Amino acid sequence: MEKVGFEQKKVSLPLWLLAEVSYKCPLHCVYCYNPVDYATYGNELATEDWLRVLRQARELGATQLGFSGGEPLMRADLEVLVAEARRLGYYSNLITSGVGLDERRIAAFKEGGLDHIQISFQDSTREMNDFLSSTRTFDLKQKVARLVKRYDYPMVLNVVLHRLNIDHVQQILEMADQLEAEYVELANTQYYGWAYLNRDKLLPSREQLQRAEEITNNFRRRVEKRMKIYFVVPDYYEARPKPCMSGWGSVFLCVTADGLALPCHSARMLPGLTFPSVRDHDLRWIWNDSPAFDAYRGDAWMKEPCRSCPEKVKDYGGCRCQAYLMTGDATNADPVCDKSPLHGLVTDAIERARKLGARSTREAQARAERQPDRAQPEGMRAASRDALYFRDDANSLSLADGKKQSFF
Amino acid sequence: MPLNDDTIFEIAHHYRFQWEPAQQMHVLLYPEGMIQLPGSSGEILKRVNGSARVGEIVADLERAFPGCDLRGDVLEFLEHAHGKGWIRTKEG
Repeated sequence: MEKVGFEQKKVSLPLWLLAEVSYKCPLHCVYCYNPVDYATYGNELATEDWLRVLRQARELGATQLGFSGGEPLMRADLEVLVAEARRLGYYSNLITSGVGLDERRIAAFKEGGLDHIQISFQDSTREMNDFLSSTRTFDLKQKVARLVKRYDYPMVLNVVLHRLNIDHVQQILEMADQLEAEYVELANTQYYGWAYLNRDKLLPSREQLQRAEEITNNFRRRVEKRMKIYFVVPDYYEARPKPCMSGWGSVFLCVTADGLALPCHSARMLPGLTFPSVRDHDLRWIWNDSPAFDAYRGDAWMKEPCRSCPEKVKDYGGCRCQAYLMTGDATNADPVCDKSPLHGLVTDAIERARKLGARSTREAQARAERQPDRAQPEGMRAASRDALYFRDDANSLSLADGKKQSFF
Repeated sequence: MPLNDDTIFEIAHHYRFQWEPAQQMHVLLYPEGMIQLPGSSGEILKRVNGSARVGEIVADLERAFPGCDLRGDVLEFLEHAHGKGWIRTKEG
């Protein structure tokens, strides 16, 4: 038998800084990972706060910088932040829906030294794109994609996959090719935030997934020279958990719109941890010394079966947020692991989604076809357990109000 | 394309090569990713500037690190980097 040692806690460099500069977003995607109660976190950081954050993270060794949200273009000072990022030596990535990216702004970003723009598409068809984001943005996104190309940015398209669009992978890839994308990320939904809330309607079936992977592999062979395709599998169908964030507090640092520093995108819902604010502390203390960033470093916090598992050095026990969301205890093994005694929670979810999903797919597609130009009417949103919850302020406030839900 | 002493390479479009003080090494940055280039690999790419010929890069490295026959290693690494798309040949 392999001997299982204990890993010393060591603090590495936060190479990745994700700046979620605004929770505001013109889109209302049903799979958004943002906290479902995002609308209650007002009080966005000021420009000078962000400039300080950029400076401090760079000093700590951050090299990759993502401007995200919400929609980062909602910040009128993004041009200022972009220019400072370049001056500090970051490789900066704008992760955007494209809504709000006009020629004036993209020219300013180029001038300021932004390195890369990633545009999200919800689907290859106008109907489904607009339905899933509850907006009318498909044509606009096509325009923005061409603008990105014209300003000599590498074209990176991101499409989040789930039950309602995964059968369109062929068309999605053809659209990407037509837009001359150099990189395409087909990222299966990870179930946090709004996506967790809508999970039963979004989780694809195993058959759908296999088909999509096959199509992707065939397409990849065809466009090998000109396009790089990443296919991110949904971890629910894996036997081992993902090495989430390459380990807690290991390389990834997220700062939210309202100034909380987090070791991962969705950590703020974890109970029992006080995440420090960049308004009160500098990043060096936050990264090196704050109890929250230290909480799940190393492996002393682990329980069985992780504690004695030889694979803990590879996957760090998976994702703390997923363990909490599904089992109610963040120190449990990620239930995606089939060694977890609670793995049945994942297989149950798959089975429930298969049953429920078949019906809601038909309904959603019918709805998208019936109402090509209109988002789901206000009154229909979140009307029942069967409805898809669109990510919007009204839903967020009403969900925050009824805090009884376990997903906080 | 066969690599020879006259070949001129430059860092590929959309990649950025720089020294990282916190990591004490050179890195190559690209959309949402980073290639770490410790030691000799960083020293080689530092000299890839769109004007130096491969022969000159070898000579310069052998001056900087006297007593070593670096030619084979340099060519091998440049071929690797070219295959990975980190560098590209420059016309002329």
